[in-house]
Amino acid sequence: MSRYVMVIDTRRCVGCHDCVVACKTENGVPEGYSRDWIVEEAHGTYPTVQLEIRSERCNHCDNPPCVSCCPTGASHVHERGGVVLVTHDKCIGCKACLAACPYDARFIHPDGYADKCTFCIHRVEAGLDPACVSVCPTHCMHFGDIEDPLSEVSRLLNSRPRHTLIPEAGTKPCIFYLT
Amino acid sequence: MITLTELTVSRHNPLVDPTLHVWQWQIPVYLFLGGLVAGLMIIAGVRLIAIRPKQRAALVCCTIGPIIGLAFLSLGMFVLFLDLAHKLYVWRLYTTFQVTSPMSWGSWILLLVYPALLANALTHLPEAIPALAKRFPVLVTWSDFILARERLVLAIGIANVLVGIALGIYTGILLGTLGARPLWNSALLGPLFLFSGLSTAAAVLHGVLVLTTPDEERPAFADFLLSSLARLVEARPLDKKVGPVLAGADNSFLTIELGLLGLFLIGLLSSTGAQQQAAALLLTGPYAAVFWVFVIGMGIVLPLVLQTLELDNRIQHTLAPAMLVVFGGLALRFILVYAGQESHWLQALN
Repeated sequence: MSRYVMVIDTRRCVGCHDCVVACKTENGVPEGYSRDWIVEEAHGTYPTVQLEIRSERCNHCDNPPCVSCCPTGASHVHERGGVVLVTHDKCIGCKACLAACPYDARFIHPDGYADKCTFCIHRVEAGLDPACVSVCPTHCMHFGDIEDPLSEVSRLLNSRPRHTLIPEAGTKPCIFYLT
Repeated sequence: MITLTELTVSRHNPLVDPTLHVWQWQIPVYLFLGGLVAGLMIIAGVRLIAIRPKQRAALVCCTIGPIIGLAFLSLGMFVLFLDLAHKLYVWRLYTTFQVTSPMSWGSWILLLVYPALLANALTHLPEAIPALAKRFPVLVTWSDFILARERLVLAIGIANVLVGIALGIYTGILLGTLGARPLWNSALLGPLFLFSGLSTAAAVLHGVLVLTTPDEERPAFADFLLSSLARLVEARPLDKKVGPVLAGADNSFLTIELGLLGLFLIGLLSSTGAQQQAAALLLTGPYAAVFWVFVIGMGIVLPLVLQTLELDNRIQHTLAPAMLVVFGGLALRFILVYAGQESHWLQALN
């Protein structure tokens, strides 16, 4: 069983928004909406302040609350790589999944269904990287199978300290940020 | 020296940023109506079980309550439908059962509510609303059919109580299972919404009784509120015992609701930083004025005092406590839905 994850090197990310533009172009994300976005987190006591720049999106959690709360089964875990997806013609637009996501990664598409990052599963199934990963000019984003000990993501996770977002929410997110 | 964390987010998704506000007025109104219907079912069921077979008394609880419940349930489901963003696919709710989804449970529970309420309403309908029975004689046939079978009457009563409890608790669990919003992160929301529903149901029935008292005893300000429903039962002799029983029951429900609200807040305040900040939204934050004045003061404490005075025969039974309880129940749902969406795990970073 494969388990797709994303590893993002926050020491390389410069917040250029290339990943955001690539996602919107590849997936036809409507104007005014975003499946991925940039967060700048400044932390510390002035003047000793640290800045972390992150490219964020759906965390394709191992314990996804958006899937367990869905009343129709529209939100589901894809058989390939544990990717969390939404079947558009099963979604009733009840917005429970939006309220259930601690990362606020979902939105209601103007056509009425819940929408979010798909890890570009259509590209991955064709043997390509997600659009955001493929365009990153600093090569800070990596995509792969964490179950494969020889994969690039496994190697990176074993070699560098990392963190996930809001681990206390208990969702077991699958996007890792190298620090 | 203060250590701060400051986030700058480039995302501006509608209904999500800067704080989540995907659920507007429709959801609190639906949760309120769901709780009210649950309360009406439980009271109707208990009253039906408590009445001796073939005893034919004026039955506001057993007949008027379920009829009001059917109307409110339909209104609630319509309001819920209005909230859906993908309305044409609503039928998808009934092609599956998702065991981990409270909303899926709720959609199937709502289907059970209709027949249970209808059966309860039919059981004593000819006695409670003779004008309607005269126009539609088949109602008498159905009522006689049910009343001739003691076990069926008992089953209808028990079904109303059980489905009512499931409906009332589900409206709270619906929010309680959404762990991403720290304010909702409590199983106590289930019983809290159940008892809030019971108190509003008792208040509504109490209000109906007040509206249907003989002219000389009716509060003057209630005259203009008399509905056609009230006029239908106007000629009925009042069950003088039911009014005080409902007011007493309402006081009990309000007291339990107040206790559950206290436990709910204690639970949040003794939990993580995110939950503490969520509780502060209600206690001292932007929702504090509405919470203390409308939910606690006017929605629970004031009607408790008024109904206690009514039960002591110090003041006349009026519509005021009923209206306050209904308003308080609605305010509770509004404040919890809106403040809950505003609460977030990231707030605990600061």
